[in-house]
Amino acid sequence: MSPAKKDKSNREDYLRMYRQMVRIRAFEDNANQLYLSAKMPGLTHMYSGQEAVAVGICEALTSNDKITSTHRGHGHCVAKGAAFKQMFCELLGKEEGYCRGKGGSMHIADQANGNLGANAIVGGSMGIATGAALSAKRLGKSDVTVCFFGDGATAQGLLYEVMNMAALWNLPVIYACENNGYSEYTRTDEIAAGSITARAEAFGIESHTVDGQDVLAVNKLATDLVARARKGEGPFFIELMTYRYHGHHVGDINREYYRRKDEEADWKTNRDPITNFGKWLEDQKIVTADELVGINNEIKAEAEEAVAYAEKAPYPSINEVDMHVFASNAA
Amino acid sequence: MREITLSKAVNEAIAEEMRRDPTVFVIGEDVAEAGTPFKVLSGLVEEFGTDRVIDTPIAEPGFMGIAVGAAMTGSRPIVDLMFGDFLYLVMDQLCNQAAKTHYMSGGKLSVPLVLRTNLGATRRSAAQHSQSLHALVAHIPGLKVAMPSSAYEAKGLMKTAIRDNNPVVIFEDKLMYNDKAPVPEEEYLIPFGEAAILREGNDITMVATSSMVQVALAAAELLARDGISAEIIDPRTIVPLDEDTILRSVRKTSRAIVIDEGHQSYGITGEIASRISDKAFYHLDAPVQRMGAMDVPVPFSPVLEDITVPTAESVAERARQLLRGDLFHAA
Repeated sequence: MSPAKKDKSNREDYLRMYRQMVRIRAFEDNANQLYLSAKMPGLTHMYSGQEAVAVGICEALTSNDKITSTHRGHGHCVAKGAAFKQMFCELLGKEEGYCRGKGGSMHIADQANGNLGANAIVGGSMGIATGAALSAKRLGKSDVTVCFFGDGATAQGLLYEVMNMAALWNLPVIYACENNGYSEYTRTDEIAAGSITARAEAFGIESHTVDGQDVLAVNKLATDLVARARKGEGPFFIELMTYRYHGHHVGDINREYYRRKDEEADWKTNRDPITNFGKWLEDQKIVTADELVGINNEIKAEAEEAVAYAEKAPYPSINEVDMHVFASNAA
Repeated sequence: MREITLSKAVNEAIAEEMRRDPTVFVIGEDVAEAGTPFKVLSGLVEEFGTDRVIDTPIAEPGFMGIAVGAAMTGSRPIVDLMFGDFLYLVMDQLCNQAAKTHYMSGGKLSVPLVLRTNLGATRRSAAQHSQSLHALVAHIPGLKVAMPSSAYEAKGLMKTAIRDNNPVVIFEDKLMYNDKAPVPEEEYLIPFGEAAILREGNDITMVATSSMVQVALAAAELLARDGISAEIIDPRTIVPLDEDTILRSVRKTSRAIVIDEGHQSYGITGEIASRISDKAFYHLDAPVQRMGAMDVPVPFSPVLEDITVPTAESVAERARQLLRGDLFHAA
């Protein structure tokens, strides 16, 4: 197994992080369009605005490391190495989707890259992530597991049960709380008492707060904590201050009753993780503005091609409806 | 053949599988030095250590979730749930996570875990330590449900459960832990979905599960004195259910009583009786009878508790009524 990646200090790594963030945004823009044009069954929850969190953390992981994802999980899926075509196929319920169309947006995962699934129960994956870490430790593997969840999920009791055990047993798990300020349609500060990191600190878990819009800051912290978790110093807790650009889901359009438009505009204008990182890359003379435009256009085309592919891709056979209820026991 | 207790049979099954497969571990409350309140797991921690016989805090959803994540990543956990009544605490992790992961991932992930717990009233333990809740989990696609009725079944079914690639819930009758039965020294497994015909007969079929198997066998003895020959079938697993063996018997006897300790309404007796009525209707000489626990919370007072569950006498009396051809509508 490859060792933990070093701190990002070269052009190739910077560009890969930039590209991955742009890929997430492009995926979400297309997913939103699929919803608005009524081509996508059901609903989806946009990750736009939070890209630096998924990319900063997943770039610190190897493909053997595990993550658990959430209902707002497209970003984690892309950042952990998934391909557009199988992702759009999953969104449209097609056979070539990562879950053969049986999971959809809320359960999308590229399992082969260590993604243990997106979970549609808020906080539902905290046990799974902690169990993956226990498994790795018991079986002598060096895998680290990152449990992604939102600020809203910190209200679930399961978190406190599993953090207690993770701390008792020194498990290689990192609890990554993406604090976008909102629990579905309610401001989290209206429903959460005390501080979020204090919850983890109560179990003796080392906790950090980081600007979730700064991919380099996220990556630097994650790289350090992943390496330490791999050495048996875990668990850790990170609160990543971020913002979701869309509503709770794509249909949550008229949302001024819980969130002001000028607040949204401020984050999008001044704190966009992609724009700001692009500017930094230009300032540091790592890339030119033209090169960034080139990357953006190339990814946009890749996403559109994948959407077109998924739209034409076949649905699963109806014979699949009762397939995979149980795993085979054949040797 | 030697005779051992049901408790010892479960212990042997787990120990043998832990010796065979290093990915198997036990997790739950008071499983290590305490060996569980019923002492079923006594001695395991001495042989396998606290790394494989893991005491948890009193946090059922937490350790259930951890087991799900461990099962998804190469381990085969045996979750010890101290009382079947605590199933309500683990329902999300068991039914939303463990049961659905294989399906939602399009067959890419699987959850090979065993949840061992118990059932059974008349232990004077009142309403929250006496329930028989197997119908709750049998209702959920993706879960297998085993219900041993003796030490022999308990060992063979447990070993099969541990090797199964799916989540299996196994219910032991907590009143039978000290009951002895012949159990071979040499290794054996009992396949899922194969009912046992425990007593052959021609006049009436009694399908009985778990704790009710002994009740049915005792009823058959009472009936034999009246010259009535009852056939006793133990399904051993209710998911999968060996429908063929049950139907074959009913087609021969033309009368059937289904006896199970779960609440009668919306339960196992209704499911099995319905299948018999659907698939053997023209072979029946009387309506299929159901005998479950009364639809009341299990009361504490012995005089009340004892009348909530079927007894050998009540089962025999129902059989006599059926055979007399009494025109009655069962309660």
